[in-house]
Amino acid sequence: MTATALLETKGLTMRFGGVVAVDHVDFTLQEVELRCVIGPNGAGKSTFFKCLTGQLRPTGGEVLFRGAPVGRIGTHAIARLGVGIKTQVPNVFDGLTARDNVWTAATKVAPGRIAERRTDEAMERVGIAGIADRIVGQLAHGQRQLVELAMVIAPEPDLILLDEPAAGMTDEEVDRLVDLIAELNQRHALVVVEHDMQFIRRIAKTVTVFHQGAVLIEGNVADILTNDQVRDVYLGKQAA
Amino acid sequence: MKKARVLPVLGNLAVLAAGLAVLFGLPAFAETYLIINSTIFAAFAILALSLALIWGYAGILCFGQAAFFGLGGYVYAVTAINMGDTTVPAVLAVLLPALFAGMLGYFMFWGRISDVYLGVITLTVSLIFFRFINQTAGEQWNIGDAPLGGFNGIPATPILNWPGRPGDQLAPENIFSLAVGLLIIVYFCCKILLATRFGRIIVAIRENETRAELLGYDVRLYKLAIFMIGGAMAGLSGLLFANSVFVSPTMFSLPVSGQIIIWIIIGGLGTLIGPVIGCILMQILTNYLGTLSQVKGFGWVDPNLVLGVLLVIFVLLVPKGLTALVADGWRWLASLATRPRAAAEPAARERTSNP
Repeated sequence: MTATALLETKGLTMRFGGVVAVDHVDFTLQEVELRCVIGPNGAGKSTFFKCLTGQLRPTGGEVLFRGAPVGRIGTHAIARLGVGIKTQVPNVFDGLTARDNVWTAATKVAPGRIAERRTDEAMERVGIAGIADRIVGQLAHGQRQLVELAMVIAPEPDLILLDEPAAGMTDEEVDRLVDLIAELNQRHALVVVEHDMQFIRRIAKTVTVFHQGAVLIEGNVADILTNDQVRDVYLGKQAA
Repeated sequence: MKKARVLPVLGNLAVLAAGLAVLFGLPAFAETYLIINSTIFAAFAILALSLALIWGYAGILCFGQAAFFGLGGYVYAVTAINMGDTTVPAVLAVLLPALFAGMLGYFMFWGRISDVYLGVITLTVSLIFFRFINQTAGEQWNIGDAPLGGFNGIPATPILNWPGRPGDQLAPENIFSLAVGLLIIVYFCCKILLATRFGRIIVAIRENETRAELLGYDVRLYKLAIFMIGGAMAGLSGLLFANSVFVSPTMFSLPVSGQIIIWIIIGGLGTLIGPVIGCILMQILTNYLGTLSQVKGFGWVDPNLVLGVLLVIFVLLVPKGLTALVADGWRWLASLATRPRAAAEPAARERTSNP
């Protein structure tokens, strides 16, 4: 008997009028797996994430979390199952301090003192302890990304979804992010959407390529990055 | 860091001292007229706090806070006339508006009504009440022994009696103490509420609803809870107003709903003390202008016109309200005072750490 996958989509489809943003995607992620998702702009990666977290209700197919369908439950209920997401445009509490941002995430899953401790730990791991008292709305884009990242990891979700986490970060911040992802992957499953191929090379094991809403190809990172079909898609030629 | 912790404590103590000074000081020298007027101010200040909480901290722009205010007043008046003793009616005047807010909120928040429509719906609800109560003249609109009285309202609104002693009514001075005492209590309860886990999550939801949901918070529940608390506070305000004037359909009217918003904008959205100050200042101003327009030669002074102009001036020039204006002014003075004396470096650090 095979173990139930952590996350599985079957024929997942999302239409906006005549546009099919996500087209019959079958996607399987095992416990504690790290998966990178790449694809050109408009390939449907972010829409795919929104379907996973319940922000969009799929027009077809289903999403299974540990074998249980989550298509009809609300965003907050999916989050409570243990799904944390860093969205493409940072979703943070702009008017609050960095620490209050992370605390709001930690206190959802842990009481009192433990929430305080998890807040400090998450900020330490991400490397934003130094800006704890700054108002997040006044921070640089990269720092806001880090605050959001700390919010995602503070509740220790089983599945972490990262949508373009490296965007707007300095080289130093990217280095830390690479280490952090490797460290997180020891206990958590991750799906990382990214454009930056350098970044993908540094973290990836298995890569899924999206193109025009569908999965183009899936495989080992070395094979994918040398694949002609993938190169054509990125260079804008018609996929064979 | 130290300064940041000390200042709020000092602020709270100052507010408490001012509140207690009014509570115990005013009755010592003021005439009954001023006492009754101050009671009305205190009642309205609680109404201002109710919207300050749900608009300023929860981000719910309710344009119909008057609905809960009027409901509180009418529930009290009708049940008090029927029951004789006023203790239970006073509790109902807080409870029923809260329940009504719960019902209304359920449909709005579960229906995912967005900001503007929420304003329109709440305003419409208060105006429906206004129109409905306005036409309730005649005996067919008696509830038990209580005539709703149409546009005249219920001039025979009973005054609160001491609990358990029907007929032993509170004197205007007692009602004043009750209103100001409750204002102080409500103010500090709001402060405490906002410092709790619930309060902090409410503020986070105001900042970013999507993020709160992605973290696993059921935003609808939190909004419903705070909306009901706001409804209860508005009901309490209506109860106190009914005891200092009497209930009439104007409690539900558009000017009341609009006024609350003006108090908050002038006092400062996102603070608690601002709306209270804004409310009291505007009430004093309205009263003064009302008296002034009776004086010969000043008949052209229309309080509503002046309020309107003031609102426009504030929205354009002081959008953050009086509290922010005072805070900025204070910071500016402080920077003037420290700049020449202190060495350049600590002063610079001070400025960057307190942007």
